[in-house]
Amino acid sequence: MIVSFINFLGKSTLDICTYTGEFTLFFLHAIKTAATSKLKISKTFVQMNRIGVESMSIVLLTGLFTGMVLALQTYIGFQRVGGEQFIGAIVALGLIRELGPVLTALMVTGRAGSAITAEIGTMVITEQVDALTTLRINVFQYLVVPRMIASTFILPFLSLFCMFFGIVGGYIVCVHVLELSPEDYESSIRNYVELTDIKGGLKKAAVFGLILSWVGTYKGMYTQGGARGVGTATTQSVVVSSILILITNYFLTKLIEHM
Amino acid sequence: MNKKTSHKTKIKVVDLYKKFDDHWVSRGVNLEIPEGLMTVIIGRSGEGKSVLLKQIIGLIKPTEGHIFVDGLDITTLKSDELDECYKKFGYVFQFAALLDSLNVFENIGITLIEQGMSYEEILPIVKEKLSLVQLPEDTLHKYPSELSGGMRKRVGLARTLVTNPEIILYDEPTTGLDPITSRVIHELMFDMQKRLKITSVIISHDIETFKYADKIALLHDGEIRYFGDAKTIWESDNPYIHQFIRGLTEGPITTEIAYFKDKE
Repeated sequence: MIVSFINFLGKSTLDICTYTGEFTLFFLHAIKTAATSKLKISKTFVQMNRIGVESMSIVLLTGLFTGMVLALQTYIGFQRVGGEQFIGAIVALGLIRELGPVLTALMVTGRAGSAITAEIGTMVITEQVDALTTLRINVFQYLVVPRMIASTFILPFLSLFCMFFGIVGGYIVCVHVLELSPEDYESSIRNYVELTDIKGGLKKAAVFGLILSWVGTYKGMYTQGGARGVGTATTQSVVVSSILILITNYFLTKLIEHM
Repeated sequence: MNKKTSHKTKIKVVDLYKKFDDHWVSRGVNLEIPEGLMTVIIGRSGEGKSVLLKQIIGLIKPTEGHIFVDGLDITTLKSDELDECYKKFGYVFQFAALLDSLNVFENIGITLIEQGMSYEEILPIVKEKLSLVQLPEDTLHKYPSELSGGMRKRVGLARTLVTNPEIILYDEPTTGLDPITSRVIHELMFDMQKRLKITSVIISHDIETFKYADKIALLHDGEIRYFGDAKTIWESDNPYIHQFIRGLTEGPITTEIAYFKDKE
């Protein structure tokens, strides 16, 4: 009983170390490839379109309704203490500093991160990646780097749209549903939101973009088995990316606050 | 088990071992592939034939052992030297492994596209390779999903030929094809090998392939059990090859049927 527990503990520790090592080495290999080889610009733009433009509708909807519900919830709490004039600032700061980047990243992870893993995973199990290798095509340069760069660059833009639509959503609820003053909403945003808040939010979005594409490409490249393997890799990709994004968000918030 | 041949050895596999987790797939493979000839590697499913081929081309690293290509030990080469060595190789995959997001032109010319050559430069090369594999020019703009199994394999072969390889490794090239298409593929491989003096290594279960082969190697239980001229295999007294090519259930190659017979 004790021996089997120790065996289990040892195997789990080894597995975690192997996984972390592979994951880190994969990232370093991608960075080295990006630094030493020519960027496939057309492939990067194709990926920007897939990851960014094609995710726009869900990101805008997420932003809009998050802003709306945030305004509604803030109103319920703030009307008790007579702070309705601060709703605009709360909605804007919440969206710009936290919800915009995080929700954008989570939505893009679900939509594009999973697609990255499924696409590369299918290429792996159908030997298309092996075929590229035998043709002496750098697989990292061809498949991994364009996705990582595209995702890192496009996420801040998506996040910006999410923030904007969220603030618009909050405005609609405040002005047209709760019948508050539009001037209060606008002036509180102008008074309390600073450029550094927006910069911080965009930096976070870029890091989240990197994380979701890193996990997505890694899980795709290490897909094993058949169709079931692709399904498992895709699920793991979404779960791992989402958790990493949420954990990283805390540390980034601390880091940006002290910068 | 290897017999001496008068041809220069192109690929030499020495004491090759490969282990996946606790399972040994190769247990000391020794094999000499002669230059400019067609060598067919046969063996039961799951014997590690594809693994052997992938070790030769570097897709899988051997656990132990050496692989010499033109006298150069590729298991000890650095990555840039290895890359230079792999220029000699072409690999035709079992299911062609065409990139399904690219059309036939892009699939065949992918190496040249990635080298930065223009469309005008690539087109005549791609057309030449397409005619070598006897496919019409209107195939160029089709996608892999629009092609039949035989056409896909021919496109895969054309893609390999673009780099003018000295050695082509074929992983079960006729699997899943009807007898007529299989024959077309066999004749194509034979034609390529004779016309372009390419060293061909083929993994196959197809008895038809033997007609075109120069040498046959039989892989069983992680080792080469037979290596000899293709023309003489039917007369061979080697118990492994005798059993395998006749499809016998009794002999040194154990089968599930033989196992159950023993139990009875």
